[in-house]
Formats: sequence, C-alpha cells, structure tokens
Amino acid sequence: MENSILFSLRLSLQVAAVSTVFIVLVGIITAYVLARKDFRGKEVVDMLLTLPMVLPPTVTGFYLIMLLGRNGLLGRPFYELTGLSIMFTWYAAVIASFVVALPLMIKTSRAAMESVDKNFINASYTLGRSELETALKVILPLSKKGIIAGAVLSFARAMGEFGATLMLAGNLPGKTDTMPIAIYSTASSGEWSKANVMVILFTMLSGLFLYLSNKLGKRLI
Amino acid sequence: MDGFSLDVEWEMGNELAVLVGYSGAGKSLTLQAIAGLMGPDEGNIRLNDCVYFDSTLKINVPPQKRSFGYVFQDLALFPHMTVNENILYGAKGLDKRESGDALREMISVFHLERLGNNLPSEISGGQKQRVALARALIRRPQMLLLDEPFSALDNPVRREMRKFLLKIRSEFNMPVILVTHDISEAYTMADTMIVYAGGRIVQTGPPSEVFNNPASQEIELLLKSGGLFNYPRIILTAFSKKAAR
Repeated sequence: MENSILFSLRLSLQVAAVSTVFIVLVGIITAYVLARKDFRGKEVVDMLLTLPMVLPPTVTGFYLIMLLGRNGLLGRPFYELTGLSIMFTWYAAVIASFVVALPLMIKTSRAAMESVDKNFINASYTLGRSELETALKVILPLSKKGIIAGAVLSFARAMGEFGATLMLAGNLPGKTDTMPIAIYSTASSGEWSKANVMVILFTMLSGLFLYLSNKLGKRLI
Repeated sequence: MDGFSLDVEWEMGNELAVLVGYSGAGKSLTLQAIAGLMGPDEGNIRLNDCVYFDSTLKINVPPQKRSFGYVFQDLALFPHMTVNENILYGAKGLDKRESGDALREMISVFHLERLGNNLPSEISGGQKQRVALARALIRRPQMLLLDEPFSALDNPVRREMRKFLLKIRSEFNMPVILVTHDISEAYTMADTMIVYAGGRIVQTGPPSEVFNNPASQEIELLLKSGGLFNYPRIILTAFSKKAAR
C-alpha cells in the first residue's frame, strides 16, 4: 500500500484518539455541570456548546480561525509568546475534531446523568458522601452506558471530520491530510483507483470500529 | 400538585415515632427536611443541642454532615455495587480495619451471610431491606429515618421485618422515625404516633390514645407532647415548604 495512504490512516486515528481523550474529560465534566447544577445562562452555555453539531463545519472552522489564527483572539498572543502558530499543524486537526465532536459527548452523557434516579444521589449524601465521591462512585458508574456511547460517537465523528479540519489545519500532504481530506484531494485530482482503496479501507475500519464498540458496550453494561 | 405546603411542629425522644397519614400528607417531605435533602422555608430542626436547620440564624447543615441513617421507600441500593460494597459505602470515616470489623458485625446482625458478593438484583426483597438497614446503620448514625420501607414486601415478610426492626432498635438504641400509610403498622410499631393530614399534624400520641380518642382531643394531645420527652430529643418547629411535585 502507498505510504501516503498509511500516513493518512495513522494521522486520522491519532487525531481521533487524542481529541477523544480530551472530549471524554471535558465532556463528562461539562455534562455533569449541565445535568446537576443550576446557574444563570445554563441553557445558553448548552446552546453554544451544541452549535457545532448543527452548524456547517466550515462555519465552525471559520470561527476557529478567528480564534486561533495568527491574528486570532488567542492565536496572536500565543504567536507573540512562542513564535508558533497552531494553524496548519496536526494539533489544529485535533482542535477542529474536538470542537465538532464534543457536543455528541455532552448530549449523550448529560441525558444519561440526568436519568440517574435522584434517590441514589440522595442516599449517597445521607450516607455522608461528598458531592465528588457521589459523582465518581454513583453518578458516573450509573451513567456508564451513555458515557461509552458518547465516547464512541465522538471518536467516529472525529475520525470523519472534514470541513473544520480543512479550514484550520489545511490540506498539507504528509502533514495534515487526514483520511477524509486525502480522499477529497485524491478524488478531485482524478486518482480514482487510489481513492477507491482509501474509501474501502475507511469504510471497513469504521464498520469494524462500530462493531467492536457495540460488542464492548454489551459486555460492559 | 404544586403549591403544597407543609406546616408541622413536633418533638420526640429516644423512641420509635411513626408518621402516619394518607399519601401526599407531607410525611416523606418531613423526613427529607430532617435529613437535609430539602430545605424548609422557615423553622428549625434540632437534635439534642445540635442545630441542623434554623431559618432565622441562617443555618442549614448539608445532608452529608448530618448523621441520620435514611432508608428510602425504594431502598435505593446501588445496583452496580455488591451487598458488601453497598454496606461499606455507608462506612464513611472508618479506616480499613474498622470498616472490615463493622461490615462483619452488620453481616451477622442482619443475617446476610453468604450474600456479600451478590448484586442487589440477585437477592430477595426482605434481604434487600436488611442490606438497606445495614448500610444506613454501619456508621452508627444518631437517628434512623425510614420512609415506608416495608411497602413493597409480601405480608409475611413485612410482619417479620417489623419484628426485626423493633429488635434492631433496641440493639442500636437510637430514635427511629418511621413513615407509613399502613395504620396497623403504625399501631403495632409506634411508641408515639404522629398523624398527618394535608400537610398538618392532626393528632399526636401513643397508639392506644390515638386509637381510643381519635382527633377529637387534638389540641390536648399536641400540648401534652411538648413536655413528655427529655433526652435525646428532636425538635421541629413550624416550617412550611412549597414543594413542586
């Protein structure tokens, strides 16, 4: 198989895996706060975090450029401080996947946490357990199903991320061309046989991944 | 139902008090207020010299810091933990050796031998009941609160559990508040009966008194209860809560 295909495959898996780690960490905490806490503007926060799910990925990508580009809100001070730019690196691909896939994690985990019977939580409190202990030992284990489902969906979405990644990380062969981006440029330059191989590989991989996660989910639950 | 208001005032000693009344009379809400799971709008909740809630002093001790064993109507045994893990979850503040000793004691007192590694879904209703009691009592709380704990049991098991609870109470020697809508349960168990209706207390007293002179001597009974008990005692005064259901 061509080296460029292997590179893209490895990059896609790497980007999806790294962004999923952050998605799980941030997603669980955010979902917990949204499920269990009452504060002003809660639904606005939820709306903002969910937007990337419904916006065209190019719009999300555009916002990310405004934020992280060399002249962006965060990008400029970061560049002045370190002389580095996040744009057009594989980190940018991770950030794009993170932002686009995070809502899937938050939505499913929040729903799972909200459906935990309140009596379990109250029982934990009356047994003298703190909020943190209750969250870790009661709420999270009882929301396991939703959390796993959210992580799987997020990983799959991160693997397939295209639009925002293209805007933020660009299409640099051997550097930021994840599978979806490599497939796009291969097909548009008319290399159909190569595109064929990539598409079949990607489909098989995604199918295998979903199959395994279903199986794993059944065993864990 | 919204706009429900509860307005009650009573006190008890080291005894078994039964809150009895129709569903929706505010009995469970009272237990939740005592345990700190919901805050009354006003009033105060005290156990001996310890103030748990006082609206004028702005004191509201969180449930974790109140030492009340609480058994919920649906028991709320953690489905993902074994019997042992459920009981040990209540052993907050004990070190490993202490909690091991306490667990062994609870297992023997509550006849749970050989069930330690089972999940709640794998044991019978009566066994679940005993696990819930063991979990609530392992850290020797100052008081035991029971919210219709026997309502899901078959009659023979329920009768057995009532007897068992009386035995446990004498063994652990602590005040118990039992909520029930079962009059015969109230009659057979109670040292003091507190009769609820529509968020208010309509009568308080020993079961025989309540049964012989129902409701008509309401005021006299309420006055009497004020000076009956000395130590330890829990005092609740005039609180009301609008609870949305």
